[in-house]
Amino acid sequence: MVAMSKIATGNGHGENSPYFDGWKAYETNPFHPTERPEGVIQMGLAENQLCFNLIKNWLIKHPEASLCTPQGVNKFKETALFQDYHGMPEFRQAVAKFMGKVRGDRVKFDPDRIVMSGGATGAHEMVAFCLADPGEAFLVPTPYYPGFDRDLKWRTGVELVPVNCESCNNFKITRNALEAAYVKVQEANLRVKGLLITNPSNPLGTVLDRDTLKSMVRFINDKNIHLIGDEIYASTVFMEPEFVSISEIIEEEDVECNRDLIHIVYSLSKDMGFPGFRVGIVYSYNDSVVSCARKMSSFGLVSSQTQHLIASMLSDDEFVNNFITESKELLFNRHKYFTWSLSQVGIGCLKGNAGLFIWMDLRKLLKEETFAAEMELWRVITNEVKLNVSPGSSFHCQEPGWFRVCFANMDDYTMKVALLRIRTFMLKNNEAMVPLKLCRPSSLKLSLSRSLSRRM
Amino acid sequence: MAIEIEKPSSVRLSKVAISKTHGEDSPYFAGWKAYDENPYDEIHNQSGVIQMGLAENQVSFDLLEKYLEEHHEVSSWGKGAPGFRENALFQDYHGLKSFRQAMANFMEQIRGGKAKFDPDRIVLTAGATAANELLTFILADPGDALLVPTPYYPGFDRDLRWRTGVKIVPIHCNSSNNFQITPEALEAAYQSAESMDLKVRGILITNPSNPLGSTIQSSVLNDILDFAAHKNIHLVSDEIYSGSTFSPSEFVSIAEILRNRNYKDAERVHIVYSLSKDLGLPGFRVGTIYSYNDDVVTTARRMSSFTLISSQTQHLLACMLSNHEFTQNYIKTNRERLNKRYDMIIQGLKKAGIECLKGNAGLFCWMNLSPLLNEPTRQGELELWNIILNQVKLNISPGSSCHCSEPGWFRVCFANMSEQTLRVALQRIHKFMEQRKVCSVNQ
Repeated sequence: MVAMSKIATGNGHGENSPYFDGWKAYETNPFHPTERPEGVIQMGLAENQLCFNLIKNWLIKHPEASLCTPQGVNKFKETALFQDYHGMPEFRQAVAKFMGKVRGDRVKFDPDRIVMSGGATGAHEMVAFCLADPGEAFLVPTPYYPGFDRDLKWRTGVELVPVNCESCNNFKITRNALEAAYVKVQEANLRVKGLLITNPSNPLGTVLDRDTLKSMVRFINDKNIHLIGDEIYASTVFMEPEFVSISEIIEEEDVECNRDLIHIVYSLSKDMGFPGFRVGIVYSYNDSVVSCARKMSSFGLVSSQTQHLIASMLSDDEFVNNFITESKELLFNRHKYFTWSLSQVGIGCLKGNAGLFIWMDLRKLLKEETFAAEMELWRVITNEVKLNVSPGSSFHCQEPGWFRVCFANMDDYTMKVALLRIRTFMLKNNEAMVPLKLCRPSSLKLSLSRSLSRRM
Repeated sequence: MAIEIEKPSSVRLSKVAISKTHGEDSPYFAGWKAYDENPYDEIHNQSGVIQMGLAENQVSFDLLEKYLEEHHEVSSWGKGAPGFRENALFQDYHGLKSFRQAMANFMEQIRGGKAKFDPDRIVLTAGATAANELLTFILADPGDALLVPTPYYPGFDRDLRWRTGVKIVPIHCNSSNNFQITPEALEAAYQSAESMDLKVRGILITNPSNPLGSTIQSSVLNDILDFAAHKNIHLVSDEIYSGSTFSPSEFVSIAEILRNRNYKDAERVHIVYSLSKDLGLPGFRVGTIYSYNDDVVTTARRMSSFTLISSQTQHLLACMLSNHEFTQNYIKTNRERLNKRYDMIIQGLKKAGIECLKGNAGLFCWMNLSPLLNEPTRQGELELWNIILNQVKLNISPGSSCHCSEPGWFRVCFANMSEQTLRVALQRIHKFMEQRKVCSVNQ
């Protein structure tokens, strides 16, 4: 038997997490309104399927954006040959402009700082390769996207250390929590190279407030470590409070910041709903990182065919402005209906204003305040209620009972079916519910020590 | 009291980031710079540098364009843009089944049906660049070694080593036997690795060879596979130029070798392929790994998450490559045109008094300018290269950038330009050689 590498034989691919188990249940029995009405409804996939009509209309009006149409085929050869890792200038300009618009044109992005990657998945790995050596660590506030365990660690050998956030203060990332995590890493004799935040947050569906962002920027400057802002959900902020990007924070007068420490990861997979097109972006304020990442992007360039399409689409100002507005409205409506329906059956969520999912609070349904109980509940939801939702533990949430539920990856009918199933389940289980222990904000200290004793 | 605020020292990037293993300081790339600054144009810049360092295939685009003009259904734009949504959402790392099927068929056609490919063993990556790196991550640990015959594609220094931390130990080949890989050379390389305390995990061959422009013989392939089996290591065969052999009968794929020996030792064999050369689509980033090892397929598929092929591109190519009539005609015509180009450059060089290695594949020829060197050293070669770049204004690739152990060889690409431009290039070479004759006569 010829051996493979340690990376290959290890578990760094992360697919043994329950995050993926639910998908297996879905794949073996996927819901279909007529063919499989009892199938599992996929609510574990953060996709944005609400805006395809807008995009289709644009495509039909712009056949030249495709290389295959009579109107576009004259660009076929030069596009097919274009493999320059700088990327097409029109593509970078269009993406830079789009990123600016998504931030209300409060900041401008320099097309020459835009580096391509194989989706945000490729972007995160690439940034980790540029900034950290094997064995060095990034701090990541919990709960966080399970894919980070693979993307940042698997082939790079970099460590992720959680910054614990709690429901008592709506999972706010406090300076104390950052400092505590930093100290913990040092005690373990590891070196911290950076802080990775996702804003808007996956899985919370919330945005970071200005003060928290400033506090973070000050923290990383003090420690002289990098700040990586994953802003992949930037255009999914559908209501107040407004999205504030780290690109805006570093321009503020009262913020002292070494820009060489600031890097943004972006993608079109969520905002536009194009995960298949693999359009990942690394935007760094550090020239050396831009230069290095650009060379590395050879391993994950965006197909020039796709660059051509995106350049065309995102240079259309009228389309983009309309798209951003409409997209928010569709998300707002979907979110509102969803959270209202859940509240009708006594299910609360973290108050969210962004993303393609809600952070659902099912703590009162747990038999006991443990992760084992969370898994048990999750199995019931998967196998009996037939919904694939994602258990909070797969996001490294420190408190059991939270679940991420995606709502933008289905049509209205499917959503109604899902909500009906939840309603039915809740009505059946009313007697089984444990009264919710409210956590008063003034008992912050108390809840901190409680969580310490519960730590497994 | 004024306090001076020091600008914080710039925080160190990773060792990988700081290293030079990206390889861009090699003359392979320096010549491109000279080209970028003064590119030849048939009409607007007739004295510019002609790019002969880029192995691109531009001879068959008309066939692709004609296909697209006749097959509008290939575009996802049809009435009401049907299928666009499904396509844009498709991010499954298994890849589009129709695309994998089409690739398997295409690979079979290239090999004249002498090997069969299972679509479920095809893993998709964004280019062969990514495929080679990915395989290295799977087959070797940091600090381990892969054996690679010289001369080899300069990009391997980056692709196999940069982020993986794996080392390349050369299998030295030389002109005495037309740079063929011998069992002695294999063993010598293996011993060399051992003496440096490096664990050899595999061999990587390119067949047809870049930069040699020739196919590896059946007997040699068998020797290499036997060697790999004996040492219990992997064998990666980069067959990116398989569709660019001038005559279909001359290319023997490792897939054929395996079939002939009933797939004995197959679990150590992995093939890399791409559409960048045969179809001339480097911008579309279409790479594949074909492995006979189930664990490698599973792991590679998971890793491909970092480097998937755009579903838009998968869709286009699934349509195109499923059209049997089109692919058959394309493969045949492409071969003929490359053969014609090859003959043209060889004849032209011969007239100028320059010999090349006898080639039968690829987008380049391996030119021998060793008689022209001031001294038979790498330095001598680079001096000559500088003259050719700056005076003759041709960007060709010096053999040292391909780690050739013999100075004086150069890789010259011929398929990335029009016939007219190739004629101009040959005229310049002819003139250069004439001038040198005159100079040497006068000395």
